[in-house]
This record gives sequence, C-alpha cells and structure tokens, in this order.
Amino acid sequence: MLAKRIIPCLDVHEGRVVKGTRFINMKDAGDPVKLASYYDCEGADEIVFLDITASIEGRKAILDVVRRTAEAVFIPLTVGGGIDSVELMQELLHCGADKISLNTAALQDPLLIRLGADRFGSQCIIAAIDARRKNITAEGNPAWEVYSHGGRRATGRDAEEWAFEAEKLGAGEILLTSMDADGTREGYDIDLLKAVTGAVDIPVIASGGAGKMEHMLEALTAGGAHAVLAASILHYGTCRISEIKQYLAENGLPVRPVTGNEDYDL
Amino acid sequence: MPSLVIIDSECANLNSVYRATVKAGLQPVISGHPDEITGAKAIIFPGVGSFTHAAQVLSKKGLDKVIMKVILKEIPFLGICLGMQLLCSESEEAANTAIKGLDLIPGRVKRFPSGLPVPHVGWNRVVPVVDHPLFSGLPAGSYFYFTHSYYVDPCHAEETLARTAYGFSFTSAVFKNNVFGVQFHPEKSGPAGLRLLSNFGKIIAGQRQK
Repeated sequence: MLAKRIIPCLDVHEGRVVKGTRFINMKDAGDPVKLASYYDCEGADEIVFLDITASIEGRKAILDVVRRTAEAVFIPLTVGGGIDSVELMQELLHCGADKISLNTAALQDPLLIRLGADRFGSQCIIAAIDARRKNITAEGNPAWEVYSHGGRRATGRDAEEWAFEAEKLGAGEILLTSMDADGTREGYDIDLLKAVTGAVDIPVIASGGAGKMEHMLEALTAGGAHAVLAASILHYGTCRISEIKQYLAENGLPVRPVTGNEDYDL
Repeated sequence: MPSLVIIDSECANLNSVYRATVKAGLQPVISGHPDEITGAKAIIFPGVGSFTHAAQVLSKKGLDKVIMKVILKEIPFLGICLGMQLLCSESEEAANTAIKGLDLIPGRVKRFPSGLPVPHVGWNRVVPVVDHPLFSGLPAGSYFYFTHSYYVDPCHAEETLARTAYGFSFTSAVFKNNVFGVQFHPEKSGPAGLRLLSNFGKIIAGQRQK
C-alpha cells in the first residue's frame, strides 16, 4: 500500500528561498540546498522547488540549485515555475530533477504535457492547477475555475475538466492548489479535492491551506489526496514532519517512517 | 578498465543513479561504449521512460548483445526500473510491435489493471521473499520509491526476490544468479536505497575475492 506523502514546497527566487523560514539552528535559511537537506533528514518524502524568478539569469540559478541539491538529497525532486519547453525540461532533468511541474505553459499549449510525457514518461510530468471557487452551477454543485500566471489570470477553464484533460494528455500527477484556501491556514479545500480526485485516476497532491495536522489528515482521507504539499506550516515550525507522520499513522494512514538515520550513514 | 559501469541508456535518471552510487561508496563510470561494458566487473542498468524506446536504443547501439555477453560472465548486474523490465521476455507496452526484452528473466511485463491509480507513484513497502545479501540490513517492508505503470510478472516464481502490495501483490525485485532487477528507484529512496546500493557494492567486492 502506498504511503501518504508529505512534501515541503520551497519558493526559490534567483537561487534563494523566499518567504523566509524561521528555523533557529540554521545559519542560512535562504539556501535551498541546505533547506532541502534539512527536510530530507526530517523525513520529507519529496521536495518541490517552485522557481518564481522571471529572468534568464534566474533560470541559470535554478539549474545550479537543482544540480547542487541532487548531489545532497536522494529523494524525488520536483521543479516548477515558468517551464515552457521540452528543452528546459530536459535541462532540469539532466541537472537532477525527477519531475517537472507545468502550469501556465500547459494551459497555453496543452500539448506541452503530451510532448513532455512522450519524451520523458508520464512519471516526470506533473500538471499544476491553481483553482478558485466560482458560483454554484445550475445543478447546485460547486465548481472551480483554473487560473494561470501564478493565479493572476482567469482562464475560463473548469478545474475538474482541465485535470481530466491533463491526465489524458499524459500527466502522471496533479498538483492542486486552492487559491481560496492558500495562505489562510484554515484547511485544504476538501470539496475541490473530492471533485478532482473523483475526476482522475492519477495521484493528486493537495496544496493550499494547511494550518494544522488535522487539515492534512482530512485532505488525505475525506479529500482523497495521495500527498500533501506544505509550506508555511513546516517553514515556520508549526509542526515537524515526524509529528505529522506519527499523527497520520495513529489515525491509520500508511506513512514512510522517519528512521532517524537520514544522514545517510552507511 | 573500469570495474563498475552504469550503462548509458540515454535516460533521465542516469545522473541520479551515478550520484547515489557514489554516495553509497562505489566507484562507477557511466559508459555506452561496448568495450568498456564488456570489460566491466559489474554493471548497473538504469532506465525510465518507455520500454519500446529503450529497447530500440539498446538494439541500435548494439548494447543488447553486449549485455547478454557480460551476463554470461556472471558478473553482478543490477537493472533498475525499466532496466529490470528489459530483462524480461516481452512487455505489454510494446504489444503491437516486434520489440522484445532480453529474456534473461522469462516473463511478461504487464500494465497495472484498471481501477488502480496509474502510474504507481510514491513510497511503498518492499518485502523480500528470501534472505538475500542485496537486502542485508534492511528490515522486511522497508519503504522504497516507485514510479511506474507496468510491472514484471516472472514465469518462474523462484526468480522473485521481493514483493510489493498495490491492489495485489506484484514482483518488485527479481534475481537469477548474479543478475538482479528492482522495480523501485534505490537512487531516490533515501537511506534505504543507498543501503541497497551499498549492499550491491559488497556483492561486487565478494565476487572479486572468489
């Protein structure tokens, strides 16, 4: 049985982690490589880097970050943010990324998902969807609209339909962010999760709204998510991954135990 | 001549396998050169992507014959993910083609049945069915990282080394003499994966002393 995954997400700008973290015993909390290693030792099941840099120089910086992280961290590494070509995917994978998260570019050209999946395999391609709740449909059901450009532009697309299409195009996972819940710390949008996990067979990673461990349990049970992405709840030290995993295990969910020998002492 | 060669199968996880193998204390080189592969004392054969594409790359480079040749020498050989699947006779992924596997582990590579989320991606438990040095120091049921849509169904039950449950119990590792195949990715499986690679290193060292 698959373990439920806890995935820390680090926002990287020009090679540095932004949205500062509040770790006490870390000299340089802005170094993505150090933070990725820290979370690896904490028991993270994967790491996500979201590159929020727009410039060409910033692109080079993320490649360097990925390269250095891959030398230190031996769990799956996902990179997203501004990836718009198979060439760039290839470069990132070559540097040591395991998965590529596509968002705006895939909305503009859905075939990019297929090109990536054909070239590198579905397991490499994550379709990231930023969704906001819209008015209830004529049938009285809730519905969500997909936004592009980091949540700034409405696309008119329905989240469930886009997730289904992304799966058909070859995406191996969906990273689903609720724009309504993001930053509230009041819990994931469970209705959105239910809708999308019901629409696709591929794993869905829940994102946006985690404020406490109970929220994660809810997303993984009622929401049907396979994994939870978390940022501030981990960065600000509200909970540690080991605590979250213990809590999930006590509630009957399979988790990969934090063995305590994550320092790779052979 | 290099002792441990990671076969350059032109796949995305090549560098990850290299880095993890180095971290595990082995001294690999990446090579697609037939002479270097033939002269190797041990081989790691990584792979991700499609069975059809990988089988074609191998045959185009003549590496299929090279691999058969080195395996006959009984040197330690580890196939990872697609590298394990290519050890089998054939795959449903290449069902409508003439493309075959190496047939070292007779069996068929099958797609996970519908109803299960596919690809099977994430951390799952690996339970060895025999006591084997490849899993030395790893408690039965240790978690390893998987990402695949097809699984190996070997003809001979005695060639199954470990099993994993995903809707049903499938073969997640195979072995035959010194040939090993793992469906999961030791290079992405944290300490457990590095331990398995280090165990493979010990098997190589033991072989040399013979």
